[in-house]
Amino acid sequence: MKHEIFEKNAILLMVAVLVTVSIGGLVQIVPLYTMEQTIEKVEGMRPYSPLELMGRNIYLREGCYTCHSQMIRPLRDEHERYGHYSLAAESMYDRPFLWGSKRTGPDLARVGGKYSNTWHVAHLVNPRSVVPESVMPPYAFLRKKELAFEDIQDHLRTLELLGDPYTADMVTNAKDDLVSQSNEDLGDPEALLGRYPKAKVGDFDGDPKRITELDALIAYLQMLGTLVDFTTFKPDVNAR
Amino acid sequence: MTAPTASPERVAYNEEIVKKFVIAATFFGVVGFIAGTFIAFQLAFPILNLGLEWTTFGRLRPVHTSAVVFAFGGNIMLGTSFYVVQRTCRQTLFGGPTFANLIFWGYQLVIVLAATGYILGITQSKEYAEPEWYVDLLLTVVWVMYLIAFAGTLMTRRESHIYVANWFYLAFILTIAVLHLGNNVAVPVSWTGTKSYIAMTGVQDAMTQWWYGHNAVGFFLTAGFLGLMYYFIPKQAERPVYSYRLSVIHYWSLIFLYIWAGPHHLYYTALPDWTQTLGMAFSVMLWMPSWGGMINGLMTLSGAWHKLRTDPVLRFLVTSVAFYGMSTFEGPAMSIKAVNSLSHYTDWTIGHVHSGALGWVAFVSFGALYFLVPKLWNRERLYSLRMVTWHFWIATIGIVLYITSMWISGIMQGLMWRAYDEYGFLQYSFIETVEAMKPYYIIRATGGLLFVAGALIMVYNFIKTANGELRNELAFEDVPETAQEPAKV
Repeated sequence: MKHEIFEKNAILLMVAVLVTVSIGGLVQIVPLYTMEQTIEKVEGMRPYSPLELMGRNIYLREGCYTCHSQMIRPLRDEHERYGHYSLAAESMYDRPFLWGSKRTGPDLARVGGKYSNTWHVAHLVNPRSVVPESVMPPYAFLRKKELAFEDIQDHLRTLELLGDPYTADMVTNAKDDLVSQSNEDLGDPEALLGRYPKAKVGDFDGDPKRITELDALIAYLQMLGTLVDFTTFKPDVNAR
Repeated sequence: MTAPTASPERVAYNEEIVKKFVIAATFFGVVGFIAGTFIAFQLAFPILNLGLEWTTFGRLRPVHTSAVVFAFGGNIMLGTSFYVVQRTCRQTLFGGPTFANLIFWGYQLVIVLAATGYILGITQSKEYAEPEWYVDLLLTVVWVMYLIAFAGTLMTRRESHIYVANWFYLAFILTIAVLHLGNNVAVPVSWTGTKSYIAMTGVQDAMTQWWYGHNAVGFFLTAGFLGLMYYFIPKQAERPVYSYRLSVIHYWSLIFLYIWAGPHHLYYTALPDWTQTLGMAFSVMLWMPSWGGMINGLMTLSGAWHKLRTDPVLRFLVTSVAFYGMSTFEGPAMSIKAVNSLSHYTDWTIGHVHSGALGWVAFVSFGALYFLVPKLWNRERLYSLRMVTWHFWIATIGIVLYITSMWISGIMQGLMWRAYDEYGFLQYSFIETVEAMKPYYIIRATGGLLFVAGALIMVYNFIKTANGELRNELAFEDVPETAQEPAKV
């Protein structure tokens, strides 16, 4: 076949280009949806609670992913530094995924529960007050900004539309759940924990009077990597 | 194969549109380089985050990446493709001047909406695809218009063959369209708000993102700029492209193989092993078609190498191809899983990207800009060739500082993370590895400063050239190789 036919026919050249560049993507992406073992079978995964979801959105807004990964690789040093390697199941409700590509700061896949809320407040307000050598930007403004969550139900509905298992019950109670999680003395933590097991409840930013963006962000950080029950996880069964 | 020579019959090319893109590219180039240098200093001196929510590293980093890739690189691509397609087809731009202006202003609007959005915290948090749904939609419209203008010119061409540069431009336009649509499928929370949620989750989103992200590099910063290379190097060197056959082979193999390489951003992650292995195999294979392009570019200089002594514009173009060769060798090497286990998440990746971005993309763009400005403004030559030489050397030293400091800091940090002491404990805490980076971050940022300085010299040169001034300077002496005295032993 002479290459000339492509050089003399723009339409044919365009079709040939589209076919050529489509193959790789189709082979690599489509099976990830059709092969069942792509996401491990685990116990404990649930969609984000309303407060965690809003905290995650602040994490996105501030571009935390530009310096922090959320993906522990199955290498000895990472296991010892960060904990059990990350599973695909652990990001099954992540839109978008936040595995990251650079560790200017440490991995955060299992940062949940490693530090106290008080430490997180001090660290986010001024990182160098607790880690003098840190190069992280200060996020003091999060403490001053009240969390905007009037549209929280719309967020849950959008995620439900995309396939996340939010129930009607969760959508109806979204606002109450958000308030309940941000303060032990408000709302109904029992109901919240019924809908979102293992959710951390508390006044995260140390200011019980207001629900701030800092509350939401710390609520998110404190649950990272804590959901999957590794006592029931079988690596052999889940080999891929 | 040669670039078609000017025909006796004059065609009224739309050069006004190319001028606009040249100005926009120059402007956004400087903005992007300054943004990059500023955030580089932030990593060394965190006080530069200024304590404001709009000026943190996290918000400014996408401003830098989008400014250099999509605003600088994008304007270069659109501008040069419009210049090249008209001349190589001997046809004026399809769709007319108003249509072309709409493309230009639409594209600038996308850039401004995206960048101001990042500063205000509006982002999808997908690398190199940060703009939210409404900007994505606008870009889709602009891109389709761009395809119509470009492909329309191809289809109404007065040359019998489509020149090789246009194959590359076409692959760039089509593939970027496919990638953009595939990676940005999202549902907005409300039609009046900025926030959306992406349709893919976790592992599938990761694969889709790096299918997009790697091929933004592959088709935006490689295939597109190879198109530029295939026109401007032969023109500036006044030599035909070295091998037609090589251009055919490396074109089809490059665009076929590139698409498979995405998983090398996801080694040892929760992406299934079969996908990682496929990605590694194709990433290593990619070395060959990449070097096919490098060889074709460099060998075009056959018989014209002496021009490098007297033509600093050609020097930019040729050095860019050399950097292309270097970073497309480094890339496959870093795509070997064992190497990647060390390099991933470190500054080595950042250094690698910049050897390609500064050395290849920016240098080949500078070469094209220096070629275009005197032509578009109808000047006999640039204001000053000596200043092009200054730009070349200052920028080259900047790149060398940048990539060597990132090699050292990246490999050092990777080794520190996995170092064990004599008792079998991890030797370094994370923050000790951060502390160790500081001198290299300062060196890197200094390299960035030099790169900015070089670009400012270029801007000055362009303004003077556009004004029609000629600097009173010593000309470079053209001594052809054959006329040289044999070296005395």
